[in-house]
Amino acid sequence: MEADPEQIKTAETPSPEKPAGVRLPQYRALRRYLILTTLTVSLAPLIIMATINYVQDTEKYKTESRFTVSRILSNTRRALRFAVTERRSALNLVGEENSYNDLASDANVAGALRSLKNSFGGFVDLGVIDSKGTQLYYDGPYDLKGRQYSDQEWYQQVLLHDVCVSKIFLGYRNVPHFIIAFKRARSASDFYVLRATLDLDMINRQVYSLELDPATDAFLIDDAGLLQTSSAFYGPPGQQVPDLYIAPHSRERELIDERILDDQPVTLGYAYITDSPFILVVIHRRETSLAYWLGHRSEMLWFLLISAALIVLVVTYGAIHVTNQLRQADLKRAKLFHNIEYTSKMATLGRLAASVAHEINNPLAIINEKAGLMKDMATFSDEFPNRDKALALVDSITASVERCSRVTHRLLGFGRRMDIRKEKIVIESLLKEVVGFQATEAAHRNVQIEFHVQDDVATIESDRGQLQQVFLNIVNNGISAVGDGGRIDISVEQPNSNEVTVTIADNGPGISDENLQHVFEPFFSTKGEAGTGLGLSITRDIVEKLGGVIGVSSSLGHGTRFTINLPIEKAD
Amino acid sequence: MAKATVLLVDDEVEFSAVLADRMRQRDLDVDTAENGEIALERVKERRYDAVILDLAMPGIDGIETLKLMLEDNPNLQIILLTGRATVEKGVEAVKLGAVEFLEKPAKIDMLLEKIETARNKSFELSEDHFENMISDIMKRKGW
Repeated sequence: MEADPEQIKTAETPSPEKPAGVRLPQYRALRRYLILTTLTVSLAPLIIMATINYVQDTEKYKTESRFTVSRILSNTRRALRFAVTERRSALNLVGEENSYNDLASDANVAGALRSLKNSFGGFVDLGVIDSKGTQLYYDGPYDLKGRQYSDQEWYQQVLLHDVCVSKIFLGYRNVPHFIIAFKRARSASDFYVLRATLDLDMINRQVYSLELDPATDAFLIDDAGLLQTSSAFYGPPGQQVPDLYIAPHSRERELIDERILDDQPVTLGYAYITDSPFILVVIHRRETSLAYWLGHRSEMLWFLLISAALIVLVVTYGAIHVTNQLRQADLKRAKLFHNIEYTSKMATLGRLAASVAHEINNPLAIINEKAGLMKDMATFSDEFPNRDKALALVDSITASVERCSRVTHRLLGFGRRMDIRKEKIVIESLLKEVVGFQATEAAHRNVQIEFHVQDDVATIESDRGQLQQVFLNIVNNGISAVGDGGRIDISVEQPNSNEVTVTIADNGPGISDENLQHVFEPFFSTKGEAGTGLGLSITRDIVEKLGGVIGVSSSLGHGTRFTINLPIEKAD
Repeated sequence: MAKATVLLVDDEVEFSAVLADRMRQRDLDVDTAENGEIALERVKERRYDAVILDLAMPGIDGIETLKLMLEDNPNLQIILLTGRATVEKGVEAVKLGAVEFLEKPAKIDMLLEKIETARNKSFELSEDHFENMISDIMKRKGW
């Protein structure tokens, strides 16, 4: 099956538009995409790790805080309960072991107080109160004998429950203290109350036996929220603490909870002290977990920040670099495609031009000969009507033919310049071939051509036909410049490992400085009608196309020197 | 001096006929051949002072014809006249032994000039040849 040539052509020829990949916004999008994806995959694990670390640390810190609170709470609670219960039992024992009569004198009471003080600390005074609430017997540092207690809260409690451990209060003495009291039978119908005052030191010793850090506070409150002991956070006894949301009485439980107090996260633990109105409260102020984390894990934070910054930097730089490289590569490729396209187009055009020129040359030759024949007839016949006019017409035809032929030759030159076929060339033999081609002409004009070839000049890789054209043009120019008896010197040298220099010097009239500037310009000619003015322009184009450099120097009256440097291996 | 003998080889019969006509008017003895094969026969039949040869021809082309002619007679003066002139082809032809390389359309005066040069050369060569022959005979017969 025959392929459609049009289709093949379309498929092979790149689109004349700029390739889509070279447009800038696409690279921006690609860069954004690269940066985002790379940042995501590199930063996400880092951030997740840090978050996990943060959460774990926070949890650990909470747990530690709970543990601290719990430890203080249970130790202190146990100690307090023991202290209170012990003193209660001791006082109870005094009541059990002594009948009312045993106690019914100040001396007896003093004796009992002494033995209490000896066995247990904390007792301040001891008194016996009758059923009317009047203190009958008393021993202690104050003068409280005959004091009336019937309106005191604790007294009411004793009447009600037979026993009372009072809240802490200032009492008549304006000293914080609390009272333990028992109601005991005096006779079948009467009773008395045995009352002991305990100072707060006893309690404080228990509460503050632990050395507490500034973030931790432990204190007693009553069920109304009044401080029973002094608090580092809330002040001296008797102060009201803020609502701690203490659950109603529960005997055994120690409750620990996370709260926000005064806008601060705290771990709050509390427990009721058995057989007393006291509630033990332990508060541990946690720093905000973030602050804690920032404070305690600053190395981690710095590491995170520096890593993130580095990653962002590297990723951004990398993405920019990569997209730039890519863009450059794409541009280069697009340019290359464009060049290939251009070159192949021009080569096609050149081949077309050459074949057209060839085809035209033959009919031109026929026209030329026929016109010549007509001229011959007009010239050689004795009788030819309108001879002069006919001769003028024929000359006009011949002149036109010549013009056409100049055009076709130019086209051929153009066609030849298009594609380059590389092969190994010994420059010396190529030059000798070209000169040999013109040997007859040179001999005819008596022009002497001399070769000066350096030994061991490297073979060069270039296009044979194009080089022949170049040297032919220059040698031709030389021959026509020098005139009869002139001389042309051709030398070949290899100045370095990269290039070969060919110098073609004649001893002709030379070129003026003014003209020398223009010799390589298209359509510049000093030969007038004889030249197209394209010879040296084409020559320079070819040399440059072959990767070489052509230069010219001249001095009037001494001759002209063309220097052509050709690369030994043409770089693409 | 006898008329110069010229063989005109070109597949464009119209061209060669007119050119031959014009040359004859200028007192040349001209034969034509329209392809390489006929041309090769002609040069065997007759001695020519010059052969004017086209490059692009059907059958055996100009370069091939040139080679074959020179194989037969290395002294033959062959002038190439072609519309397909490239420097490469010219150099190739000259290397193979053509004496001139002209581009179509060519001026008849130039052509005549080249033919004259070729004829003189040919004459010299044949004189050489003649001389050689005589000296050869003299050497061999040696009387």
